[in-house]
Amino acid sequence: MALSSSEHILRPARVSTIVLSLALALFLNFLPWQDLRLAPDFVALVLTFWCVRQPRLVGLGVAWSVGLLVDAGNGVLLGQHALAYSLLAFLSIWLSRRILWFGPILQALHVAIILAAAQTLVLVVRIAAGDAFPGWAMYISPAAGALLWPMASWLLLMPQRRLEKEQTI
Amino acid sequence: MEHTPPPFFKRGPAPLVRLFFFASLSLALLVLDARFRYADGLRNSLALVAYPLQRAATAPIDFFGAMGSYLSTQVQLAEDNAALRAKTLTLAQNAQRYEAAEAETAQLRRLIGATEKIAVKATPAEVLYAGRDPFSHKVFINLGAHQGVKPGSPVTDEVGLVGQVTRVHPLISEVTLLTDRDLAIPVQVVRTGLRAVAFGAGASGMLELRLMAANAEIQNGDRLVTSGIDGTYPAGLPVATVVRIERDAEHSFARVVSKPAGGVDRGRYLLILSDESARPPRPEGAEQGKDRRTDKARRARTKDKGKDGDGSQ
Repeated sequence: MALSSSEHILRPARVSTIVLSLALALFLNFLPWQDLRLAPDFVALVLTFWCVRQPRLVGLGVAWSVGLLVDAGNGVLLGQHALAYSLLAFLSIWLSRRILWFGPILQALHVAIILAAAQTLVLVVRIAAGDAFPGWAMYISPAAGALLWPMASWLLLMPQRRLEKEQTI
Repeated sequence: MEHTPPPFFKRGPAPLVRLFFFASLSLALLVLDARFRYADGLRNSLALVAYPLQRAATAPIDFFGAMGSYLSTQVQLAEDNAALRAKTLTLAQNAQRYEAAEAETAQLRRLIGATEKIAVKATPAEVLYAGRDPFSHKVFINLGAHQGVKPGSPVTDEVGLVGQVTRVHPLISEVTLLTDRDLAIPVQVVRTGLRAVAFGAGASGMLELRLMAANAEIQNGDRLVTSGIDGTYPAGLPVATVVRIERDAEHSFARVVSKPAGGVDRGRYLLILSDESARPPRPEGAEQGKDRRTDKARRARTKDKGKDGDGSQ
């Protein structure tokens, strides 16, 4: 695993952190947003993060189950987010080694592509099910998610960072 | 750079295999849900898991609302009270006249031997949040099967029709708004009594009257109310006002766009209407058609799509 110069050896991720962050993301998704097409998909963002960082703990199974939960909670077609998040998890795991080489900005670019791919899959499913195209504004959501990536990954790595004192020992 | 890993590094099936597995699982679920509606049990239990998070997400807004009302000043309260009192007075007057008119109508109906109108019960409900789906127009309300909400009940606000309960979970229910493309409402023009069917127009937040003859007698500003002939919506609920009519010589149908009367995309409090009395049973032939009713919207849509396709050529 690539370690940039500023990054020290991290503590192992705890399962409780992962579960909590996913619950928090679901909570953020359920907030009453004014325009849904502009609101980033926090669940997708957090799933991408964990798939990139901990591909052995969070994989397609987790992504699929969380996707089902999102589907049921939003009352959309059961399985559309499950499918999209499975693809997202696959892409993140596949690209995880590559993504971790880059700095935050270039990482965000990769993440934008992954999120847009998942959004496209949702679009394809809904159009196949007979819905109308809701406009290109729906791609603002993955872009907003990618913009949040540097901050999100900094926040999500917090519990794994060691204190300065520990590092010197 | 390709190495086959030693056996002790094995991590189960390859990611691509897993992707295929989960993708086919999702596709199967999608088909089951979209075509056959078999997945409703699973959906209900999953919705129950998501429920605490949804309540938590709306809690801060409730909290700030409560704080705001707590901190509202004495003057404001007095003003509100005065305004409400004046409103009550006018409403009471209207209600008296309404009662008299209702009694009169009932008498007249008895005279001509028509069945008496069914009293409609209204249950107030609160919007929890809007569905996170740019493809459809839905909101979720804080009453569910436990509170006696039934699927299919019309939902209104204080001005007019807002939508229909389409799915009932144990603690919350889903209301499809008028503007959703899947919702069709039988309406009547107040001025002329002309009957039509209003469809949601999707993202524009408008309603569309489809299949109206190009020479139909309808004009801008006409008010549309529910006609009540479908047995789902009580008659006479305000639905929309006509805002635009496009009559094109090329097509045999006029395009009539109308603006919903009720607060479809605003307001937090809604009324769920339900009539307690049992409806007369449907005739034999109609029972078969009942299954197909769910397909009605889809068929209408494909028809519409075909029409659009013709238009673009």
